[in-house]
Amino acid sequence: MAAISGIPLSRRLGRVALHAVLIAGGAVMLFPFVWMLLTSFKGTPQMLNAPLDWLPHPWRPQNYPDVFSALPFGQAYWNSFYIAILNVVLTLFTSAMAAYAFARIRFRGSGALFVLFLATQMVPAQTTIVPLYLMLAQFGWIDSHLSLIVPGFVNPFAVFLLRQFIRAVPIELEEAARIDGAGRWTIFWRIVLPNIRPGMGALGIIVFLASWNSFFFPLIFLNSPELATVPLLISQFARQHGAVDYGLTLAASAISVVPMLIAFLIGQRRILNSMAMSGLGGR
Amino acid sequence: MAVGVVTRTRPTPTARPARAQTRVRHRDGWWAVFFLAPQVLGLLVFLVFPLGFAVVLAFMKWDGLGEKTWVGFDNFAAQLADPEFGTALWNTVKLAFLTVPVGLGLALLLAVALNQIRGKTFYRVVYFMPVITSSVAVAVMWQLILASGDFGILNGVVRDLFGVTLPDWLDDRTWVIVAIAAVTIWSSLGLNVVIFLAGLQTIPPSLMEAARIDGAGPVRAFLSVTLPMISPTIFFSTVVAVISSLQAFDQIYVLVNPAHNDGARTIVYQVYELGFQDFEFGMSSAAALILLVLTLLVTLVQFGAQKRFVHYDS
Repeated sequence: MAAISGIPLSRRLGRVALHAVLIAGGAVMLFPFVWMLLTSFKGTPQMLNAPLDWLPHPWRPQNYPDVFSALPFGQAYWNSFYIAILNVVLTLFTSAMAAYAFARIRFRGSGALFVLFLATQMVPAQTTIVPLYLMLAQFGWIDSHLSLIVPGFVNPFAVFLLRQFIRAVPIELEEAARIDGAGRWTIFWRIVLPNIRPGMGALGIIVFLASWNSFFFPLIFLNSPELATVPLLISQFARQHGAVDYGLTLAASAISVVPMLIAFLIGQRRILNSMAMSGLGGR
Repeated sequence: MAVGVVTRTRPTPTARPARAQTRVRHRDGWWAVFFLAPQVLGLLVFLVFPLGFAVVLAFMKWDGLGEKTWVGFDNFAAQLADPEFGTALWNTVKLAFLTVPVGLGLALLLAVALNQIRGKTFYRVVYFMPVITSSVAVAVMWQLILASGDFGILNGVVRDLFGVTLPDWLDDRTWVIVAIAAVTIWSSLGLNVVIFLAGLQTIPPSLMEAARIDGAGPVRAFLSVTLPMISPTIFFSTVVAVISSLQAFDQIYVLVNPAHNDGARTIVYQVYELGFQDFEFGMSSAAALILLVLTLLVTLVQFGAQKRFVHYDS
């Protein structure tokens, strides 16, 4: 921090003001999390008599085990997790294939098809929810995880993003492999995929988060409690017991939020870069 | 640039002998089909077909079990005349106007501030925490803060400190949309900050340097260099933010329950209620198609405006 002594006082004051504003903003961002954690340790008597007391008295860690006995929470965790993983694997694999075709194979109508692909992004998922529901019901997939896993892999944005990455792979690599007699599949599998690993990682994170937090589709497609995903289970619990068992509801939320926050803190650099990159359209 | 169109020229096909080229192209056609098949088939089955089905349904009266009857434009007419749909449409538009300018403006200010300082990582992480939190958890957390009576900490603290009684955010017909907008801004702010910050960091320092040498102050440099340089990013984020606010549902469903408070009814809630509470499949599809047309119109307008306000340097 030796450099600071060279900075004029006015700039230093400006910097302090800047940090003050940023810290105030940060407090607004953090407060709901803190309040959730504090409330999750409160018992029902305190919620009824003195809900605004900052600290729990007495502290009631029992809310946490109670959540697991009141709800099939462990099951919901597993459901959300394996659905998210399958979504990531299927989305990454199929969209990398399509992205490769758009980036490196010349075929008639390639440009038009790509534009159509992107245009479908404009259709809100809710537009097709009723027909999609009817169709999945025909397949017998309603109240089954298949309704979340199978349609979930269709992802034009992923194709777009990976296409950007594939175009940045030097074409010479591919040409050298072709001269050595490699076919399209070998080139895709051995040359292209290893070279777009950062893009795949970024996309994987984005798809995982979207699937893990998804609510609209599970709400409509699932009924059985044992099939529920974490957000679905919490929303149902909050709607039934919210006003009565605030402590339990908030403990349930905390259990759903805290592991993700820890994972985020560990991988924050990659996660933030992935998000920034997708927001800039893959630059 | 915003949509990141990389212009990398491929070797021109004329460079290759003509016969080998047609053979390669022929085989390549099949390879293209193979590589595209999963995504294209998925898109056809799970998006294009349901969309066509939605259009057909919108012209029918059907509860999913009994007879389907062709009713022409009746569903659209009924929705457009329905005060509930009017409320939903108005609330959706209000929500977009409340969240997009304020949310993106705040995000831009924060990103510019963060770009000035060291130790951004801490702030980036803190501001981003709500983004990775599920909308359901966000709604539960904010319900606890915004609740009325003795439960809500916000109104409780303001009353104790200033003796002012704030509105019942979640139960009030008028104020609920403001509360929803605030929660939406809170939960998406970090994403836009991170995106804008990344955009700011692509501005070559030499440009800012040149502006300073030409005598531009910080405000002038911001308006004449920073804003044009990141306008593609702002445009991209605006399109995304508008589309997602037109589709607002998850947080609202948990935070308020629009069945009890009309002020929180949005178009997607209308689609959901008509389809999955009332089993009016035709009516629900009609409302959904109105949402689709609205989305397309708004996006087209934005792409039109882009030509005037967005700067692309190449």
